[in-house]
Amino acid sequence: MTAITADHLLTRVRGLLAAHPPADTDRADFLRARFDAGLAWVHYPEGLGGLGAPRSLQAVVDAELAAAGAPDNDPRRIGIGLGMAAPTILAYGTDEQKQRFLRPLWIGEEVWCQLFSEPGAGSDLAALGTRAVRETGSGDWIVDGQKVWTSSAHTARWAILIARTDPGLPKHQGITYFLCDMHAPGVEVRPLRQITGEAEFNEVFLTGVRIPDSHRLGAVGEGWAVARTTLMNERVSIGGMRIPREGGMIAPVAAAWRERPELRTHALHQRLLELWVEAEVARLTGERLRQQLAVGQPGPEGSGMKLTFARLNQEISGLEVELLAEEGLLYDDWTMRRPDGVDFTGREAGYRYLRAKGNSIEGGTSEILLNIVAERVLGLPPEPRDDKDLAWKDLNR
Amino acid sequence: MTTPAAPTDLLYSGTEEELRSAVRALLTDRCDAKSVLDRAGTDRPHDPALWHTLAVEIGAAGLLVPEKLGGQGASHREAAVVLEELGRAVAPVPYLTSAVLATEILLGCDTAEAATLLRELASGRTVCVPAVPLTLAPGAPLPAPVRDLGSGSLTGTVTSVADAVAADVLLVLADTGLYAVPAAAAGLTPRVPLDLTRPLATVTLEAAAGTRLADAGTARAAVAGALLSGAGLLASEQLGLAEWCLTETVRHVRGRHQFNRPVGSFQALKHRLARLWLDVASARAAARAAADALATEAPDAPLTVAVAQAYCSGVAVRAAEECVQLHGGIGMTWEHPAHLYLKRAKADSLALGTAGHHRGLVADFAELPAP
Repeated sequence: MTAITADHLLTRVRGLLAAHPPADTDRADFLRARFDAGLAWVHYPEGLGGLGAPRSLQAVVDAELAAAGAPDNDPRRIGIGLGMAAPTILAYGTDEQKQRFLRPLWIGEEVWCQLFSEPGAGSDLAALGTRAVRETGSGDWIVDGQKVWTSSAHTARWAILIARTDPGLPKHQGITYFLCDMHAPGVEVRPLRQITGEAEFNEVFLTGVRIPDSHRLGAVGEGWAVARTTLMNERVSIGGMRIPREGGMIAPVAAAWRERPELRTHALHQRLLELWVEAEVARLTGERLRQQLAVGQPGPEGSGMKLTFARLNQEISGLEVELLAEEGLLYDDWTMRRPDGVDFTGREAGYRYLRAKGNSIEGGTSEILLNIVAERVLGLPPEPRDDKDLAWKDLNR
Repeated sequence: MTTPAAPTDLLYSGTEEELRSAVRALLTDRCDAKSVLDRAGTDRPHDPALWHTLAVEIGAAGLLVPEKLGGQGASHREAAVVLEELGRAVAPVPYLTSAVLATEILLGCDTAEAATLLRELASGRTVCVPAVPLTLAPGAPLPAPVRDLGSGSLTGTVTSVADAVAADVLLVLADTGLYAVPAAAAGLTPRVPLDLTRPLATVTLEAAAGTRLADAGTARAAVAGALLSGAGLLASEQLGLAEWCLTETVRHVRGRHQFNRPVGSFQALKHRLARLWLDVASARAAARAAADALATEAPDAPLTVAVAQAYCSGVAVRAAEECVQLHGGIGMTWEHPAHLYLKRAKADSLALGTAGHHRGLVADFAELPAP
């Protein structure tokens, strides 16, 4: 087989554009044609939206299509499907599962969500207690439990789900991975109103939910290994992008400082300068990481960037509320609403302050990430633990 | 506010890594912790033989000097790499003072006399040290404690002059210009320094004769420029120092057992070291940015240098303090080198402007004025 080159892909892209001119083509039709041309994710196999090309060539395709004004599939809205469900289905799915799920997922006809975290299993995800019991006769699985912090659950058609199928085994071994129909009877989605007043996330209650065995992903009891594939593909949004000097959360604070001299105090000045310097150094650290990746020398800095940004966002947004003096006592709007996407920097200072509190919790708490840096980067030994070999049912909960 | 014009190159080139290897190999052989410690206890802390190899054989003394003046024609990026390694070894050599500060002052003079001195300095034969206090900061008013009493008869006293005891020639900033004064013609009173590896002296001039290198205006501009470069490159020394502290501390807590487990397995310590690693990784980006901005004469170099100093000073001190604390009792002893790093880090945090001074500069450059 000859290697697929950028030129080869560009020829294909032009063929697609010629056959389906974006200006005259329905958005969904164009996206379907793009998938069928193997230009959805070029590193996927032929017939599944790809051509088996090097992953790095995707950028060539995306740039050419964007330049031609082609519609995109709004990765923000369907990010969990693209970033987490798809690579896992590709790695572990049966041929039928790949054929059934990948195309509507990529086009955005079917939105996905992720049913992993539970009220009792956050950082210690493998301790999860949602049960899946196999029904004798039908072979279907009956699922009962509660999930939490589920983005997009209210719009999702499908979910990736991990559930406990053998409580007698140690916690990492008795887990099985399923594809769950969010329209199935027994699935109840409730908005989870959070500290800011809005609801970005949901709680999902599963009561006697029936999942056919054909919607199991990977072998029974092998769900943890499958979940690790999902989690490794969880996209890290920080590090790849180039941030301008004074970008991010420091921008509105610096602007307020310049525009409103009456707010300035010496104590706030010192804190502002310290944080301005730290934000600039964080920008440079991210830029250095980006340069390392570009020359194929990925450094371990990536594992630390989220820690840095979480701390900085919290300190800067806290300073901003104080800087605003009397206005800092006010909040823009407590109305319960459901934002389309996650907006970390939107709205006003009070919102930013409250929303930033999530930055050190979501996607791995800062404490867990510090452990990861200490163990994987610095090579420090793990804390002794006794939960690895104990049956899940015998764990303290 | 200034915006970075071109993307800063924050990586190390192949040439820079080769230079690092050469310097590190030399320091591993000839500047181990024990020999630095032994020297620090004497009144001759400098290692002239080590300096000779570094300056002459590796050619590090002339990195910033153009080839036509007998130097290497390299840039601040390479000098920064040398300083990282010297910081890692708390090496007792007059590199920052002679190969960076004095060199930059002479480069700013543009006279035949200065060029002659630069040639000697670049060859490694002459150590030349600016007679200014080590605490003098870029952006601060330049003091003029030395007066020219007529026809180059220099009189005055300068305190806290680093590496003066190792100098052949002192660069003296007088009210009428810049002068090269043979160290033998000056009165040197060594002081007891906090940092044993970078000795301090009071320089007293009593009608000392010097060679005039530049007029007053040129001299002041040259010194100001040198202070900016020095502050920017000091960040790399601080980075190297912090990195040694982190590496040695991680090594120690992995091997040291208490309560029947390595102390490095305790989460309280792991988190402290992970945070320190983050700080060091960030300090590397800040120090590289400063070196690159100086090398490319970027318009925002003064801001980038101020950011690097405001950040790296604190990281070096924190790394050294954590090193002492996490080594437990041994960290408080004279026999363990941790104290040398703590002393250097703390002295470095005063050298060429404190973090607070540099934050003040950031306020100016970034247009974030004080109330």
